[in-house]
Amino acid sequence: MYDYRNSAFMFLLGAIVALFVTVQSLVFLRTAWSEGKRQGLDAKKMRRAVISSAVFTLVPSLSILLTMLTLSGALGLALPWIRLSVIGAVTYELPAAEAAAQAAGASLAGAGVPLDVFSLIAWVMTLGIMSGPIFIIAYFKKLQGRVNKIKVEDNRWGTLLISAMFVGLISSFLGSALAGGLVSILTLLSSALIMVICIQLEQKAGIKLFKDFALPLSMVGAMALAILYAGLLGG
Amino acid sequence: MTKINNNSLSYDVAIHRIGRIWMSVALIVILAVPLAISIHFKVWPAAGPLLGGLLPIMMIYVPIGIIEVITFSPMLGSGATYLAFTTGNLTNLKVPCALNALEIADIEPGSSQGEIISTIAVATSSLVTNLVLIIGVLLFVQLTPLLASPLLKPAFENILPALFGALGYLYISKNWKLAVVPVTLMIIIFILVPTAPVGILIPVSALSAIAAARLMYKKNLI
Repeated sequence: MYDYRNSAFMFLLGAIVALFVTVQSLVFLRTAWSEGKRQGLDAKKMRRAVISSAVFTLVPSLSILLTMLTLSGALGLALPWIRLSVIGAVTYELPAAEAAAQAAGASLAGAGVPLDVFSLIAWVMTLGIMSGPIFIIAYFKKLQGRVNKIKVEDNRWGTLLISAMFVGLISSFLGSALAGGLVSILTLLSSALIMVICIQLEQKAGIKLFKDFALPLSMVGAMALAILYAGLLGG
Repeated sequence: MTKINNNSLSYDVAIHRIGRIWMSVALIVILAVPLAISIHFKVWPAAGPLLGGLLPIMMIYVPIGIIEVITFSPMLGSGATYLAFTTGNLTNLKVPCALNALEIADIEPGSSQGEIISTIAVATSSLVTNLVLIIGVLLFVQLTPLLASPLLKPAFENILPALFGALGYLYISKNWKLAVVPVTLMIIIFILVPTAPVGILIPVSALSAIAAARLMYKKNLI
């Protein structure tokens, strides 16, 4: 039986989207690199940013891959691949697909959705995520102008404002993790502790690698411990 | 000095132009996908189910989309914002990735060099995620039992605490005064409403942090 979800046509669409994202990323990388060189930014710093970002990205990317595999049961591989490659998010794709399936009286739990539901899901997942990019095209330049104005008028407050936003973002996830049960709390604390150890090793032993890879090391270590905690606590 | 400022200004103008063009093309590309599916398979969604599916999603994700732009763009800078909002996965990947790169480079976020580093970080991250997804498509059969194994389930379920524990230590140890109000507020909210969506609470937390920072700044406490 013809599997439209995993057809060559769908994978061709996926390949086009992946190519688009790759080219765009390379253009931005090149533009930023040239500007960095022009500003006299040390090439070593920029190379470290590339390497540390590449290593850090591996683990969260596995979680994105897992979402793709989860959705592949009902939607095939190509559509989740497309949706998670461009203007997509782990937290968005599954609820969007579920809402669309429910609206058609179907479910994602089965082996595969019918073609009409598949088409509906593709439309809902796409149209539902467009507000952020449209807002950026319309207002981001103006918004950035306002932030720059604050920094020009009072640089210290401008810097504090951005730090406060960082801390606000992190605090919301800390609160969520602290209220998420014992395994979640222990994982959070373990991650923080491994980070402390990495910083100490970098500062006391002078091993730069511990600074560059402190975040991925903390993440992977804490995730491994989460398996242990869940086994011990039955969570 | 004037030359440097003019050059920075021209970079700023250029990155907004490039960013808008790429983002517009990205919107066309993503819209082309369902359009191509409908044309190729000759199946168009009926208006009723389309609205029925879209309305609940848009009620939640339109405000989140706008709030994410307002909250994340000052941290990321222009280039990284255009790219991160095209490639997606902001809170769980692109924003922490940029924060991490800035921390390692010892560069202030929001500065002109911060703009460069965060753009490089987000571009690299997008390329790596793209590659991982391509490998996942090619090795689907081999990877599925491994990634979906019950043994690894608690690890993936706790990926956000594992990420934000380390990031939290890094930033809160440096800005602990800024963190007191938002962390306390978030813990209270999540204890009262454990299922509260984090996406909606990020701006609440950020606003409380900004208000507390402004108050302490005015009173010379930070």
